[in-house]
Amino acid sequence: MKIGIVRFPGSNCEVDCLEAWRVVGESPVMLWHKETSVKGFDLIVLPGGFSYGDYLRTGAIARFSPIMEDVIHFAQNGGLVLGICNGFQMLTECGLLPGALLRNEGLHFVCGPQYLKVERNDLPYTNYYNQGDLIQIPVNHGEGNYTIADEGLKELEANNQVVFRYVTSNGEVNESGNPNGSINNIAGIVNKEGNVLGMMPHPERVVEEIIGGTDGKGMFISILKDWERRMKHGA
Amino acid sequence: MEPEVWREMGLSDEEYEHIKKLMGRDPNYLEVGIFSVMWSEHCSYKTSRPVLKKFPTKGSQVLQGPGENAGIVDIGDNLAVVFKMESHNHPSAIEPYQGAATGVGGILRDVFTMGARPIAVLNSLRFGLLDDESNKYLLRGVVEGIGGYGNSIGIPTVAGDVYFNESYIGNPIVNAMAVGILEHKDIARGVATGVGNPVMVVGAKTGRDGIHGATFASIELSEESESKRSAVQVGDPFMEKLLMEACLELIASGSIVGIQDMGAAGLTSSSSEMASRGNSGIEMDLSLIPRRETGMTPYEIMLSESQERMLVVPMAGREKEVEEVFVRWGLEATVVGKVNDDGMLRLFEGKELVAEMPVKALTDEAPVYHRLAREPEYYNELKNISLDDIELKDSVENVLLGLLANPTIASKEWVYRQYDYQVGTNTMIVPGGDAGVLRVRGTNKGIALTTDCNSRYVYLDPYIGGALAVVEAAQNVACTGARPLAITDCLNFGNPEKPEIFWQFEQACAGVAEACRVLNTPVTGGNVSLYNETSDHAIHPTPAIGMVGLVEDINKTISNTFNHEGEVIMLIGGNHGELAGSEYLAMYENLEAGALPEINLPQIKARLDFLLELNGAGFVKSAHDITEGGLAIALAEMTKMYGAEINLKTNSKLKVLFGERLGRIIISVAEDKVEEIERMAVSKGVPLQCLGSTGGDVLKININGDECCNIAVQKYRRVFEQTLGKIMQ
Repeated sequence: MKIGIVRFPGSNCEVDCLEAWRVVGESPVMLWHKETSVKGFDLIVLPGGFSYGDYLRTGAIARFSPIMEDVIHFAQNGGLVLGICNGFQMLTECGLLPGALLRNEGLHFVCGPQYLKVERNDLPYTNYYNQGDLIQIPVNHGEGNYTIADEGLKELEANNQVVFRYVTSNGEVNESGNPNGSINNIAGIVNKEGNVLGMMPHPERVVEEIIGGTDGKGMFISILKDWERRMKHGA
Repeated sequence: MEPEVWREMGLSDEEYEHIKKLMGRDPNYLEVGIFSVMWSEHCSYKTSRPVLKKFPTKGSQVLQGPGENAGIVDIGDNLAVVFKMESHNHPSAIEPYQGAATGVGGILRDVFTMGARPIAVLNSLRFGLLDDESNKYLLRGVVEGIGGYGNSIGIPTVAGDVYFNESYIGNPIVNAMAVGILEHKDIARGVATGVGNPVMVVGAKTGRDGIHGATFASIELSEESESKRSAVQVGDPFMEKLLMEACLELIASGSIVGIQDMGAAGLTSSSSEMASRGNSGIEMDLSLIPRRETGMTPYEIMLSESQERMLVVPMAGREKEVEEVFVRWGLEATVVGKVNDDGMLRLFEGKELVAEMPVKALTDEAPVYHRLAREPEYYNELKNISLDDIELKDSVENVLLGLLANPTIASKEWVYRQYDYQVGTNTMIVPGGDAGVLRVRGTNKGIALTTDCNSRYVYLDPYIGGALAVVEAAQNVACTGARPLAITDCLNFGNPEKPEIFWQFEQACAGVAEACRVLNTPVTGGNVSLYNETSDHAIHPTPAIGMVGLVEDINKTISNTFNHEGEVIMLIGGNHGELAGSEYLAMYENLEAGALPEINLPQIKARLDFLLELNGAGFVKSAHDITEGGLAIALAEMTKMYGAEINLKTNSKLKVLFGERLGRIIISVAEDKVEEIERMAVSKGVPLQCLGSTGGDVLKININGDECCNIAVQKYRRVFEQTLGKIMQ
């Protein structure tokens, strides 16, 4: 599988993503943000970090990096684009995903283990999980408070675009399971077509038992299996 | 020149005369400014040098000892760990966010200028008590500053320590430690050699921030300090991230001779130190220095402490390569001068010579002060206060809950939840463990990292307390399964011109030195922060110790909580603690007093070796040392998933449960291994006893057969975990 990870100035999870892919046997390519084409790739990853120091607004400047024009084009033509943390912020900034990410409620940066509920497993990103699975994937952000206007929220929920929700250790969707004040406990969403996914938690941080768990590995395996299946069908 | 000029810059009249003699003429304003920062305590160690000489600095594991930007220890496989700790106390007292943030930025630069990619940051923090809003304000700002910088640049903050004590009111301690990894062949040094080699300034532009920061760090804080806010630098972690990537790329390219961070005293210290180490000289044209403000004088340029700048000496003819690397990262690299061989630091503005000083006069000729040391009166007074009649004030359960709600003992989750401690995906033991542990990619090894110092012990008995700071660090490292390797230190004290303070300094350093000798953890570098005083009091002497340990097999790291039912809980070391200097005494008797128990370092070394031997054999399921709050608190910290039932025999419930004495470690082991472990202990002459077993969801303690504590784990964990967050809300 040909995977590209875009490195922006200030990205800091790009190597972690690369290492996570290696755990499942893939060797992604690092793409410098000044490149202009993502032709031939099967997946583009926008990694976490503080692109451009988060100046202005998170993801707001990275969205204008030269490579983003083709990433948008790639996504609009059905290409898989995965945005993690800062990558999710870029995806809302460039309009590939609806809504916005505000400062965490309580204004503090939060780092730590977090339970998520898998709302959908019919996506290239989540087919390895079961619907309703309770998984633990850490969060690490200062601005992960997802928000969207009422109309947009209704549409998001009606279309089943919410992929992950923050929950308690018992799987309850409530305030105490919500680390940042996100509306409807939203942790990750997908576009209507199902090819662009943005999420605040970091699956690449939990792919080996030795560093605290393997619940994130399912996402990498999902993407790989989906690609293999499509290859088999000659798609 | 009017005496006010050099006095205002922090030079004494005698020092000024000495400068005149070294120069053979009257120095000009710029030269006096340069001497004043180079001869400040912060840069010259003029007071502390005679004391620091007594530290052991050698060992087969040491690749680089004190004197460079950071120390280096060997971890085998051609890999080495680079590490250093530094203080940013004064800036943090004035502007907590920027003070702490630039502390992290500065120490990271010290590590990556050695050619190492930083993999971890730690922090040792001290504040006044949290019932005072100003201390909360400082804690909040410092934690946000550390997170703001470390999180953004993408280096995990993996461990540290936080204490609260009245002595830190108005004078918080903010010590940051950075750790990096490199291959032996990639070690870079801060040296300028090769006549004609160019000197380049790279990274951020120079502005007026932080002028005279090093001098500011070397005086007592006062009301006027608020007005010195311009002496606090402002950090830009995004710029530093770019600078780090560019510098590492540059060092790997092999095109440079030397590189050094512009930290305290900026261009002044970096140029003179690099020339001094290279036994060379440097000349620079200050009009070529990229700046972000107009109208800056040579004085302001030389003394600016603008952050995220480096001085680089490439090989002649390879300037273009340097420039290309930096431009790719969106940064500037400018040739500003060259290396000469006449040992002079010569500064021009355009064609005009504006300063000319012998390099060695700046770096080596600073006066050395052998300060007067006098044992303070309090020392014997507090030592002789009898604690024999003190009894347990409340029920065991209530005291347990009370101590767990003491911010010094309570979980620091409120702090570390604001730090990214996982980026880099190497963190195996996260904050909350005895030490942070990271795997070393490409090997089966890991490194354990910790910072420690109980300054109340040091206050009561500086020699013993200094040794205990090293012991506690070694215990924490060993409790994760790592062998202690070496230390860095941050020596935070009051005004050394006061004989009582200098006595504390001398004694504490002697204790640190002795412990390092016995535990085989040489000192590889560090930092001295003196003048930590406000008008009416000095801080408790705080020699913060940052230690690195080596985990030979990452599959054998040890957790500090009980993870299985039915394990046998054992205690290495005796079960009696003392009330002297204990948290119980401070909290329930409002007393910091008593004679600390004598310390037997070889005995402690034998116990740590025993722990590591047991772990090597695969016997240790969990381990945790007994520190503040004593045995009962250590047990409360270990019981998270499972409770425990403990049986003790004693005639002093208070001392056994809440007394303190270092050199004691609780472990849990499988039942069928107990006999073998006991045999091993006997053969090593290490005291060992069974305390009880793990399991259930309560902590039950029986003393002489009577139950004195039976409390639900959930109940006290809630107190332990939520206290700090509630206070800070």
